[in-house]
Amino acid sequence: MAKFSLDQVNEMYFDVLKEIGNIGAGNATTAISNMLNLKVDMEVPKVAFLTFQELPTAISTEEETVVGIYLEVESDIGGSMMFLLKMKSAHYLVNHLMGRPDDYAEDFNEMDLSAIKEIGNIISGSYLSALSTMTNMTITSSVPYLAIDMAGAILSVPAIQFGQYGDKALLIQTEFGDEVKIQGFFILMPDVDSYDKILTSLGIAL
Amino acid sequence: MATIKVGMADLNICKGSDMITTLGLGSCIGIAIYDPVTKVGGLAHIMLPDSTQMRNNSNIAKFADTGIEELVKRMIAAGANRRRLVAKIAGGAKMFEVSGLSTIGNVGERNAQASKAKLKQMGIPLLAEDTGSNYGRTVELYPSTGEFYIKAVGKILKII
Repeated sequence: MAKFSLDQVNEMYFDVLKEIGNIGAGNATTAISNMLNLKVDMEVPKVAFLTFQELPTAISTEEETVVGIYLEVESDIGGSMMFLLKMKSAHYLVNHLMGRPDDYAEDFNEMDLSAIKEIGNIISGSYLSALSTMTNMTITSSVPYLAIDMAGAILSVPAIQFGQYGDKALLIQTEFGDEVKIQGFFILMPDVDSYDKILTSLGIAL
Repeated sequence: MATIKVGMADLNICKGSDMITTLGLGSCIGIAIYDPVTKVGGLAHIMLPDSTQMRNNSNIAKFADTGIEELVKRMIAAGANRRRLVAKIAGGAKMFEVSGLSTIGNVGERNAQASKAKLKQMGIPLLAEDTGSNYGRTVELYPSTGEFYIKAVGKILKII
């Protein structure tokens, strides 16, 4: 049985996650900036440790439609990760990528959905490479899976993952932006044994 | 008429003309139980199928087995008759089309199965269900009529 319990998470682990959030968001910002050919700035990410009741409302209301991109994490550690975008941010990114006016807000077509998956892939990859660099582990990910639905429903997936070993979930909130702020939320869900591996490789005593 | 909101890994009861709801069920299950005579209703929003599989199982509302037991206990304390209780359930979606045998891939289905098994074990008839598929659901139970409303993005209201 793994030694780790998320409810005993310490300050240091928090700081490490914040740093992963920082570096990951930095990487992601550069990637998005290149992809869209835009100058994109980034705010310092916020890391929050939330109960299941607080989790959906930290992002929006439970019923607000959001975009969720889910990837399985493989190789040295196992688990999964999720990146969430508000609809407004997703439209903004897709419109820029497709060369459409900013205020275009029709339903996403097939092409838009692949573009969103790719954005999710790039952003998630940015965080994973930050984690990989810090832990000196090989971390790869599956193809991205996409869902556009109520925030509560999408967040049930990470909540269930965290629910297997605690009553809280860790959320990294990032804001990118130039004239329009892009709000993204990142959730890393290592499986129980992988927590131990991550913490050990970071030199954090359990 | 009051509205009572149930969060994730949470449960509560209501009476008479009140309504009880939980928002944005994904792979979780909303278990609605009511007594048609005393109009006592209860709703649990469970996340995982089985508390006995978990080391950390202190939050009883999180699991199908302990959640349903606690909900029934609270309803009886509020005046419901154990023998008259009936149930309706919704949720258990597969939010992402993840391939392979990962635990998260079929947790919705396992949640639905575990909820039904627990209801059966306790002798509570399951009158209707709206489970599975790949979309989120908001549910509302009206114990005065026993109607269970299911709302989803881009879909028409379903009443079971």
